[in-house]
Amino acid sequence: MSGEVPLWEVFIRPRNGLSHKHVGSIHAADEVMALQAARDVYTRRGEGNSIWVVPSAAITASDPDQAAENFEPTGEKIYRHPTFYDIPDEVGHM
Amino acid sequence: MALFDAVLELADDHLVLGHRLSEWCGHAPMLEEDLALPNMALDLIGTARTLYDYAAQLEGEGRSEDDMAYLRGEREYRNLLLCERPNEDFAHTVLRQLYFAAFMKPYWEAALSSSDEVIAGVAGKAVKEMAYHIRHAGEWVIRLGDGTDESARRMKDAVEALHIYTGELFEEGAAEGIDALPSRAAIQPAWEATIDEIFGHALLSRPVVQYPQTGGRVGKHGEGLGHLLAEMQSVYRAHPGATW
Repeated sequence: MSGEVPLWEVFIRPRNGLSHKHVGSIHAADEVMALQAARDVYTRRGEGNSIWVVPSAAITASDPDQAAENFEPTGEKIYRHPTFYDIPDEVGHM
Repeated sequence: MALFDAVLELADDHLVLGHRLSEWCGHAPMLEEDLALPNMALDLIGTARTLYDYAAQLEGEGRSEDDMAYLRGEREYRNLLLCERPNEDFAHTVLRQLYFAAFMKPYWEAALSSSDEVIAGVAGKAVKEMAYHIRHAGEWVIRLGDGTDESARRMKDAVEALHIYTGELFEEGAAEGIDALPSRAAIQPAWEATIDEIFGHALLSRPVVQYPQTGGRVGKHGEGLGHLLAEMQSVYRAHPGATW
């Protein structure tokens, strides 16, 4: 059965103020059933208060073969990381 | 003891239907439903536990919720016949769930203002659970009823097979004259409205029942309940007093 049923990606927002985070995928015939399946599979232990489902087919993914040209050039641009500031201890965790 | 009997009837409905749903665990047609059906089973069994515990208190003879569930025989069970009907195929399972939840949601809504604190407390939790059961089972009924030729045929077969048990939902039983519990007969219009709306989308019609099946409230059950109880009670009866 699952072979004929579309795949959906599931995003859960754990709390108000946080963003939806990808948690996995489910099979469902349509968007209504996809939300129910996501609720039943991924929110059994109080994981969140909002669910998004997106057809997996609607997601355009980067090509793993292009990983080197996509991501490695940023590796040496260490000046983009805010690591050159001295932060007083009193500020605590940032 | 009238309230005791009425609470026991409600508890038996929830435990037996919850056990039926739990039989799908590990056998559902897809992982998503393998989790959804036991989720609903756990809602029902949770309600049953509270009600058995309350029934045991009302009785005051030192019985526990486990004694209530595991040490009563088939003729002592007071559940609706609808709740014990076998799972058969998915159409039967989701329709049985819809029939039950479409009754229990307005029932618990009416019970929210009960003078009985335990009943009102159970109602507060159960209203939300039943709303989801209606939604989940209802969406399946719509998709199967308005689906393929085969799913539509199976959905119609399920209506044919199960509708004869729905009249029993509206019999007052032991709750007759108990103010702390809602009138069951008064729920019928709300139940019919829910079923008609979903059946409208599912291309199904609500049949007129010539020979309604009743008897669960006086312990007259179908042969399936004995098998269900034998399996459910086997561990407790082999190891009386065992806890886990």
